[in-house]
Amino acid sequence: MTRLLAPTLLVVLAALPLVLKDPYLVNALIITGIFTICAMSLNLLLGFTGQLSLGHVAFFGIGAYVSALTALGFDVGLPFGLRVTYEGGSPLVGFGLAIVVTGLAGYLIGRLSFRVRGAYFVIVTISFAEVVRLVALNWVELTQGPLALTSIPNMTLPLPGLGEVALRTKIQNYYLVLAVATLSYLVIARLVGSRLGRAMRGLKENESLALSLGINATRTLTIAATVSAAMAGAAGSLYAHYIRIIDPDVFLFSYTVTMVIMVVAGGKGTLAGPLVGGLLFGLLPVALRPVMAPEAQWIVYGAILIAILFVMPKGIVPALEALTRRRVARAEPNPALEAGAQP
Amino acid sequence: MLEISDLVCGYGQVAALRGISLTVARGQLVALVGANGAGKSTTLRAISGLVPARSGTILFDGQDVTRAGPQKMLRLGVAHCPEGRRVFPHMSVADNLAMGAYLRAADSSLREDYARIYASFPRLAERRHQMAGTLSGGEQQMLAIGRALMSRPRLVLFDEPSLGLAPNIVEQMFTIIGGIRDAGATVLLVEQNAFAALDLCDHAYLIEAGRIVKAGSGAALIGDPHVRAAYLGG
Repeated sequence: MTRLLAPTLLVVLAALPLVLKDPYLVNALIITGIFTICAMSLNLLLGFTGQLSLGHVAFFGIGAYVSALTALGFDVGLPFGLRVTYEGGSPLVGFGLAIVVTGLAGYLIGRLSFRVRGAYFVIVTISFAEVVRLVALNWVELTQGPLALTSIPNMTLPLPGLGEVALRTKIQNYYLVLAVATLSYLVIARLVGSRLGRAMRGLKENESLALSLGINATRTLTIAATVSAAMAGAAGSLYAHYIRIIDPDVFLFSYTVTMVIMVVAGGKGTLAGPLVGGLLFGLLPVALRPVMAPEAQWIVYGAILIAILFVMPKGIVPALEALTRRRVARAEPNPALEAGAQP
Repeated sequence: MLEISDLVCGYGQVAALRGISLTVARGQLVALVGANGAGKSTTLRAISGLVPARSGTILFDGQDVTRAGPQKMLRLGVAHCPEGRRVFPHMSVADNLAMGAYLRAADSSLREDYARIYASFPRLAERRHQMAGTLSGGEQQMLAIGRALMSRPRLVLFDEPSLGLAPNIVEQMFTIIGGIRDAGATVLLVEQNAFAALDLCDHAYLIEAGRIVKAGSGAALIGDPHVRAAYLGG
């Protein structure tokens, strides 16, 4: 049943703008979608390789800055009297560059920290995010620092006969985010089911056994980190061209926490988990807003999170899977469960 | 086929192997018996490249493989069937088998090998889409053996294949391992169930505190008074 969850969600989400006209709600869905892409990318690492990146927002933020600067252009002085001036160009090129640059960053972080793994990876990713935030804050000539990069152009798409068309309306951006999210989902699904994906899952479940089967742990995990970072970078680019203003706050630790909540509550290590968790915790603040005071909203948000993890420690999707399995088992007795009990 | 001389390995300050020498001839089933902590598993882990050697040499088919590492050893045809947590519990039976062929190209020979293993272990074929963790202990061990065979090994290292299994399954497991030798592969078997291993093997070594203390045919070791007293219950 959970296998049908993602296609069903896609159909519902694709049809939603037909009935949903409120721009505020469409906006909420776009932001939620962007963070759901981040959650999916985090899940590739946390859920399928077991490595926790607590600096995931770094890739999101780098993607946003790279894409914005590619579109806006820049003029910066470098050491030895060098000067780099760039006029600015297509946001679509920025989107591509954001993916390349963040993928490279993920690769380097992976190479640096996966020799030791576990806690070291967590620490390296946190530090990396903080360093990048400080750079964004202090390299004023490039990033404008706290003054923010403003007037970032909307994402453009090359359409046959029309040239590059800017996506100005909310509905257009909504479908753009939905398309990128769908693509991200397909990439992850494909990857996880492949030989490389089996190696990732094997490393998470039993590292010494995986090593004895000839799996190169550093290489496998580095590939996962590269893909994961590039996906978060793509989300960052979408964010920059939709919101059209970014400042060093895109590197805030609380965004990483949001991503982790989405993954863990939805069900890490499942394909549909980050979708469910992303939609739920992305839209929860929107749902609570009209009915209670701002202070109460976050208390309820926390209480719902605790309640979910208390009742469903593995997350919503694994709990649903267990529920449907039990139903099937009751309908037709499972010979496997009767013949051989666990040792 | 396999020649180990004066192998020393350890974990941190502790030396687990203090100079092991042993030989495994092609087509033989060689047993390595001894008590807990004697260094049996470490010997296997050193051969498959999971534990680095401090000194000594390991020759496989005459080639020095002392520092080869797990990938190289697998490519040379050495499969390791480790003890304890033998399978990936949250992966399907089919995925577990596929992990055994990780280093192999996905060609038609791979499909033949799946078919061969499912034919030898029909229980696995019935359960190929089930999570490996839902299998019984014996079925998990069969899966681990099947996974080791997926790499088309010439030498299979078995680490405590009978550990934690019901007695009737243990007997079945030794029959399977004997069958692997009879099919042409070479086997190095580590066991605490000394009697069964000595009964099955062509040649045996007794290891105590990181050293080989006795070697001989299985029958000779079964007849040895020291072995009888220490490992076979008198």
